[in-house]
Amino acid sequence: MTTSHGQRVLHATPESYLGLVSELRAEGFDMCVDLCAVDYLAHPGRSLPDGIAAERFEVVVDLLSLQQRKRVRVRVQVPESDPRVTSLFGLYPGTEAMEREAFDLLGVRFDGHPDLSRILMPEDWEGHPLRKDYSVGRVPVQFKAARSTR
Amino acid sequence: MSSTEGEDLVQTGLIETFEGTQEMDDRASTSGTELLRQQGAVLRLSEGISVDPGAFNTEITEDETMILNLGPQHPSTHGVLRLMMELDGETVLRTKPIVGYLHTGMEKTGEELTYLQGPTNVTRMDYLAPLFNECVFSMAVEQLLEIEVPPRATWIRMLMCELNRISSHLLFMATNGLDVAALSMMLYAWREREMVLSFMEKVTGLRMNHNYIRPGGVAADLPDGWRDDVLAICDLIPPRLDEYDDLLTGQPVFLQRTEGVGTISGEEAIALGATGPILRSSGVAWDLRRDMPYQFYDQLEFDVIVGKYGDAFDRYSIRLNEMRESVRIVRQIVELMPQGDYRLQDKKVTPPPRARIDQSMEALIHHFKIFTEGFKVPEGEVYVAIESPRGELGCYLVSNGTAKPYRLHIRDPSFVNIQALPPMMRGGLVADAVAIISSVDPVMGGVDR
Repeated sequence: MTTSHGQRVLHATPESYLGLVSELRAEGFDMCVDLCAVDYLAHPGRSLPDGIAAERFEVVVDLLSLQQRKRVRVRVQVPESDPRVTSLFGLYPGTEAMEREAFDLLGVRFDGHPDLSRILMPEDWEGHPLRKDYSVGRVPVQFKAARSTR
Repeated sequence: MSSTEGEDLVQTGLIETFEGTQEMDDRASTSGTELLRQQGAVLRLSEGISVDPGAFNTEITEDETMILNLGPQHPSTHGVLRLMMELDGETVLRTKPIVGYLHTGMEKTGEELTYLQGPTNVTRMDYLAPLFNECVFSMAVEQLLEIEVPPRATWIRMLMCELNRISSHLLFMATNGLDVAALSMMLYAWREREMVLSFMEKVTGLRMNHNYIRPGGVAADLPDGWRDDVLAICDLIPPRLDEYDDLLTGQPVFLQRTEGVGTISGEEAIALGATGPILRSSGVAWDLRRDMPYQFYDQLEFDVIVGKYGDAFDRYSIRLNEMRESVRIVRQIVELMPQGDYRLQDKKVTPPPRARIDQSMEALIHHFKIFTEGFKVPEGEVYVAIESPRGELGCYLVSNGTAKPYRLHIRDPSFVNIQALPPMMRGGLVADAVAIISSVDPVMGGVDR
């Protein structure tokens, strides 16, 4: 466990992820407020506690305990070769849309999710836009090359 | 067709596009447990929480039901929300919200803008509560920078946010009235909202998308005479809310359209991550302003409005009374507003005053640097959450030490809250669907980002 700007952060691997979150849920963290993923391709040297091997993707889960008025964040290291973690749907049904968003925009797969499909992008979209190797793109500007009428 | 199958077919060129999986599958190809989930919830509550299977008729066959698409182009969907509903006669069996029609990749855009430009981007997400978006973003940046803004800046932020909460709830009053056929309500609430927006225009220069709250403070000090304007709003709104009470709260037609419609239990709301008026309507007293105070909310006196039945009427009355509480808060803020700087006097973060640029070379350099390169934010990650009119608005910000966010994620309350639509719709009538969507008050700009 580490802290970041006064916030509790726990680290996990895809293997220990579900067990850790189940324990937290049993401890009273009854709401999963946020789930998102981060692509660390362009920022490999980030600081992590000892014993945690940095991987390309991270799934970041914010849990909230209404009773204890406490938050905790879980950061899961997800390897590029097999970007796959277990879905939290069984524990927190509210992660349904958030996991679909993380899959849609970053291509992390969630095992056990009831309907892992794109949610924001069109179904036929190729690639995952929030990945760092996905360029922003440019719209060609017409008038720059247009010939003057004079 | 499963999602992987569909993607494979697209990639091998067998089909040109594939739009199957976002939509609701037909009954024959939906597995038993999934069907139960959808009926018990698409609901997609996990089985532990889903309702008693015996309460649902799984015997209905495909030809007895009808799929109805509501939206995305429908005036009651508050933008471009699309709902696929499976109907048995007039009864809604399953519902699936389909979103993404307004997706413009604002989180990706946020990675291309400097921290100073950031608020111009995030303010366009939940466009009915723009100041909250700016506020949560700025607070996240400030936590990464480990700076503290001057007290006056924080009080101004709270003042503007509470006024924004009033204007947002007024818009809810207007559209909710419109959706349940109380047309005059729309005109009245719009009239009051206009007053609040005029004040915002006076302060920020714009009626929406203000870009007023920025990292390090706010863009400009409050204008002369702001106290009178604010107090005029505080004097005007409560009597008008009493008029709304007369017009709607006791009106039998309105009650019939909202009471007992779209109910959700506290357990379901927590499981689905729903926050704000939806969670409070189900009897869970949870308001970040009181329970995890940020800014100076711990110095203020206000009540958290909690419902009991979790229906559309509770959500209406919660919002109505929250406006009264906001007026109470605003009055206290007017009393407590201190003198001082409205933004941090740290030339590395906030641009120098315009007058200084003519006199000082350094000021010119700092000004130039901030507006071209931006300021660098130390490496780190932080999650900040505030209570927006729709629930918990969060910002997860990752910095890699440069002048632009490495990752900007906004946890928008509407995005999570619309997951509560299917359990609310289940077993109700199609006609209630409109009242239910309205009572959730989703803003599609925030949902799709």
